[in-house]
Amino acid sequence: MKTYNNKAWWLVLPVFVLVAFSAIIPMMTVVNYSVQDIFDPSTRYFVGTEWYREILADPRLHDSLVRQFIYSFCVLAIEVPLGIVVALSMPRRGLGVPFSLILLSLPLLVPWNVVGTIWQIIGREDIGLYGWTLNSLGLDYNYASNPRDAWITVLVMDVWHWTSLVALLCYSGLRSIPDVYYQAARIDRASHWAVFRFIQLPKLKNVLLIAVMLRFMDSFMIYTEPFVLTGGGPGTATTFLSQTLTQMALGQFDLGRAAAFSLIYFLIILLVTWVFYTAMTHNDDKG
Amino acid sequence: MAEIRLEQLAHSYHGAPSNPADYALRPMDHVWEQGGAYALLGPSGCGKSTLLNIISGLLVPSEGRVLYDGKSVNDLTPQQRNIAQVFQFPVVYDTMTVHDNLAFPLRNQGQTRERIDARVREVAEALEIEPLLNRKAQNLTADEKQKVSMGRGLVRDDVAAILFDEPLTVIDPQLKWRLRRKLKEIHQRFNVTMVYVTHDQLEASTFADKIAVMYNGQIVQFGTPRELFENPQHTFVGYFIGSPGMNLLDIALGASGIELEDRALAVPDAVVARLRQHEKGRLQLGIRPEFVQLVASADAVLHGYVDLVQDQGTFKIVDVRLDTPSAPVIKVRLEEEAPVPDGRIGVHFPEAWQRFYIDDHLVEAADEDL
Repeated sequence: MKTYNNKAWWLVLPVFVLVAFSAIIPMMTVVNYSVQDIFDPSTRYFVGTEWYREILADPRLHDSLVRQFIYSFCVLAIEVPLGIVVALSMPRRGLGVPFSLILLSLPLLVPWNVVGTIWQIIGREDIGLYGWTLNSLGLDYNYASNPRDAWITVLVMDVWHWTSLVALLCYSGLRSIPDVYYQAARIDRASHWAVFRFIQLPKLKNVLLIAVMLRFMDSFMIYTEPFVLTGGGPGTATTFLSQTLTQMALGQFDLGRAAAFSLIYFLIILLVTWVFYTAMTHNDDKG
Repeated sequence: MAEIRLEQLAHSYHGAPSNPADYALRPMDHVWEQGGAYALLGPSGCGKSTLLNIISGLLVPSEGRVLYDGKSVNDLTPQQRNIAQVFQFPVVYDTMTVHDNLAFPLRNQGQTRERIDARVREVAEALEIEPLLNRKAQNLTADEKQKVSMGRGLVRDDVAAILFDEPLTVIDPQLKWRLRRKLKEIHQRFNVTMVYVTHDQLEASTFADKIAVMYNGQIVQFGTPRELFENPQHTFVGYFIGSPGMNLLDIALGASGIELEDRALAVPDAVVARLRQHEKGRLQLGIRPEFVQLVASADAVLHGYVDLVQDQGTFKIVDVRLDTPSAPVIKVRLEEEAPVPDGRIGVHFPEAWQRFYIDDHLVEAADEDL
């Protein structure tokens, strides 16, 4: 005999509670802030979309948004091809496999703020490996005073920290390609480039999708490393969106404006990720 | 287009083979003649695919040589050997259309566009995949993909040989039969050497003019389907070819002649004398179920009772249990209409179809024996 009741709801309840506390409630709080002007807990006014309009017209946001897009673009443009090249050149069997896997995992284990500190030292022109080398090659390098140098250092730091992730993802993708594909390619007399273009790259598509999305989201939200390395300077050269936001919310305690900013920030990430996802998967059902 | 010769070829996946069991392929000499349609038949794990991969150059043999038209190709890569191979599971280039998949091997050779298009059309027509030519390969069904894989093997007309490694595994039975016919047609049309690996004797005998039966890393017999059926050189061939396989009975060489346990068998003296010349080993009598005769009990040396009847639709397989001490079972093939005898019956092995094996190898009958 079947019993009809609503007991099954109890089974999904834990998930509802979890999601409510981890996502919905904090997010709605931010939504709530973003439509009010708050002076203190008892003095608050409903302002509607005023904060949004103000933020969208704010040149500070425009500047850091542009900076942010250029930065994320550079991160992807360097880390994805580099990661693929590293993965392709990793050994497939033997002792080299665990060795290279451990070597590649090391940067991933270093906490963000430590990475910033490491590069603060490496970048110094007196005792730092990177800074000293560049200066002794005759290049005038100083990340603390030159905006371009600071910007490049933050980029190099990210490449150092995260290319491994792309490489490891690609490596696992490459390993899952059955040998028979390579055998067929040899029989068909395919060139190395053709093997990469028609076998490896298509088979890597799914891991690359994950790698691109992870690296985009992460780099778009970058905060700790430039904060530790340069504090967003010199000037605003390395002030990215998250730092602008933090300055607004905590530095100036401008909660309503910061909340509107956060939501716009969130929507941008959501939108761009969706565009990536759609662009990379839209060919799947065609044919 | 080439004759493929294997000279003292052997392969081991271990570094230094110390005994025969270490070899995936035991030392062999073999010739595939130009233009032949051959099958390489054997159970899983007997070394068929290893042999195929050595011929195509995907695998370098640990001993011996592979010769194409008398020239050693041991040091040549598959690319340089110009050979085609179709694998067990479909391999297609996902992002390409079916047309581009078929054109790929030709483009890699730098052939002209007109020639490529003509060849692709021809092969697509032969495999009945013309309507798919503009589809992306990744969205095809498994058997369509396998047809594309086969098409890539067939599209080059200058190859030394085309090797098939159980290519119809993923294809459903109806289509399997049609594709086999297609391959046979293509073989006749292009006169290219084809070697077809399979574990299915029906598939082997419908495709091939000559079949090489492999067992334990060796080619134990190479012959026409009829030769394999009538004159198995090895007990494995007897057992593996035919449904059901050959009856094999342990026999002994006694003072008076051939003995099956406590019965003396009627065997010509010449055969007995011949068996006596060989050194000792496990002696077996083989006879195909098709040739065993069930007779009245008074007319036979061996007797038994019917144990089991399997009706196969067009014929019957009858298990007859002999009344000797160890009570071995003899399989007998009867016509569908033939009555199944009751009670104690006589079992007769016609002399012409008796085969004798010492340690699994056929004792060849001399002319005067027959």
